Amino acid sequence: MDPDLALLLNGIVSGLLLGGLYAAAAAGLSVSFGMLDVVNIAHPAFMVLASLLVALLWAATGLDPLLLSLLLTPAFWALGAAIYVVYHHFFERRGDEAIQGLAFFFGIMFIIEVALVMTVGPDQHFADASYANITWRLGEIDLPLRMLVPAALAFAAIGALALFLRRTFTGRAIAAVAQDRDALRLLAIDPVRIKRLAFGISIAMAALAGGALVVVQPVDAWSGHIFIGRVFAVVIMGGLSSLGGCVLAALAFGVVENVTASFYGPSWSPAVAFGCLLLVLAFRPQGLFGRAA
Amino acid sequence: MSDTALPALPSPAPRRMGHGSFWIVTIIIGLLVALALRGLGSEYGYFAATFVLQYIVLATAWNILGGYAGYVNFGAAAFFAAGAYTTVAMGKALGLSLLPCIALAALVGGALGFGTGILTLRLRGAYFAIATLCLSVVLQTLVVNWDYVGGSRGAYVLRPREVPWPFDGYSGLLCTVMVAMAAASVAISRTIQKSRLGLGLTALRDDEAAAEAAGVPTLKLKLIATSISGAMMAAAGAPLPYLGSYVEPNTAFGMAYAVNAIAMPLIGGMGTWSGPLIGAVLLASLQQAATVTISSAANLMIVGVVLVGFVCLAPHGIVGLFRGRR
Repeated sequence: MDPDLALLLNGIVSGLLLGGLYAAAAAGLSVSFGMLDVVNIAHPAFMVLASLLVALLWAATGLDPLLLSLLLTPAFWALGAAIYVVYHHFFERRGDEAIQGLAFFFGIMFIIEVALVMTVGPDQHFADASYANITWRLGEIDLPLRMLVPAALAFAAIGALALFLRRTFTGRAIAAVAQDRDALRLLAIDPVRIKRLAFGISIAMAALAGGALVVVQPVDAWSGHIFIGRVFAVVIMGGLSSLGGCVLAALAFGVVENVTASFYGPSWSPAVAFGCLLLVLAFRPQGLFGRAA
Repeated sequence: MSDTALPALPSPAPRRMGHGSFWIVTIIIGLLVALALRGLGSEYGYFAATFVLQYIVLATAWNILGGYAGYVNFGAAAFFAAGAYTTVAMGKALGLSLLPCIALAALVGGALGFGTGILTLRLRGAYFAIATLCLSVVLQTLVVNWDYVGGSRGAYVLRPREVPWPFDGYSGLLCTVMVAMAAASVAISRTIQKSRLGLGLTALRDDEAAAEAAGVPTLKLKLIATSISGAMMAAAGAPLPYLGSYVEPNTAFGMAYAVNAIAMPLIGGMGTWSGPLIGAVLLASLQQAATVTISSAANLMIVGVVLVGFVCLAPHGIVGLFRGRR
């Protein structure tokens, strides 16, 4: 095969796998930002927090990192619910979400990062899964399990989340709270309770994404920064509250970034990706897969 | 949204200081501060004062868009670094000295602000915030890949040996320039707040649709505010390479600038010219003290905790606490 074509194909395939990771990171945000209208800038910081916890636990116990991240989800759910209670008490109730709420999450992000630097140090941490060095080959195309397994977990989690939102009563209530919270009150459902539950779910998704992240690449306390733009880009391009759109956008984003990295060098990939977001914001703010408002 | 920031008080006419006299008072205070620092004459004194003063400019600039108009800019570091790298590039290419570089940096920052505004200001506030965050990443990537200004290795900038007469050293010169910029930015900020532009921005912050319906040209005002704010932030960053004789992308685009630019107006009180001034003086001095006595990681922690604490418990900042009591 032509080496350029092989490079392109490999770039696309590993971009799709990378897109799985981005989808996991963005799915949580799609719930909080897209459905609940809570602009959680700190989402990637929670992800990095989970990554570093997984790395520490992995070093201590030697269990599989993805399993560890799954075990962390209840704790992160509780953390998310607690943060929503604070957010609701101080901002949403007063109608101050816009500026103060943004600054609140910005401050939370900063506190998480600095606390991580102070406790685990500024250096990179990693967790090696038992399959980390295995690569499947399909002809000229490499399928490293280090990327494939986290992507599979991500898609399984997103699938479960989508089923939950579509099939269960509570899940439908979450989708409803995005549309009309007063109508929810008429059905005797407490919108605050539903939003608390949903925000907890979004942070629990961040924990899973963090586990996937630390399997894919080494993580340091500041790794979240580059993800802020990525996850918001994916969620906005995906049309805010649609999980399907979010997955498609994440895959597209992963491919664009990875192909750029393989042809022009990795230091250029963020600029291309964020350039895409700026263009989307300027010309199609309802997202590539969203309907016009 | 109605009480996110303090309403610009239409204070009774006789008590209100005119623009001219406020500018004169600010110039006098600036001169006094500069003279006092000259009298102190210590190298660290100059450094600490420059640090605090650069934050006064940055916080005041952020407040013009964030406080008056209610649009949150997370990309303060991008504008700041744009200013710093204008100095590096212009100093290298044309051999310009500090003052023309500051002017050019202001132009670059203004253009950058205008461009970001054009792209995103038609959208809801949160999108503008996210776009500014992205702008920061894009600019950092460009600078990292731009070898002419040192790329990721950073660039050294040599301070000129010769210093004009009244100054005792280059640090003194830098510090005096910063005093002038801080005084000017506070005066500009107050002039805007008390002018039609400020009134229009306050109106659109409280209710954009109503303001538009009442004949306020919201998009135009927002673009003016973004450009002025961006220009001032970039001007604040322009002296940075001379301050440490070295810049590299990670510090120039550092999160500390972005978080401080938001924290200081919030703590002081958004939407008034005095809020960012109070917040910057308090928080920057606190950070200088913490850096010297504890550690630099601790001082960032202090900013984060103070920011979250104030946002939750005193959403109108220090100015708001005093106004509430009256």
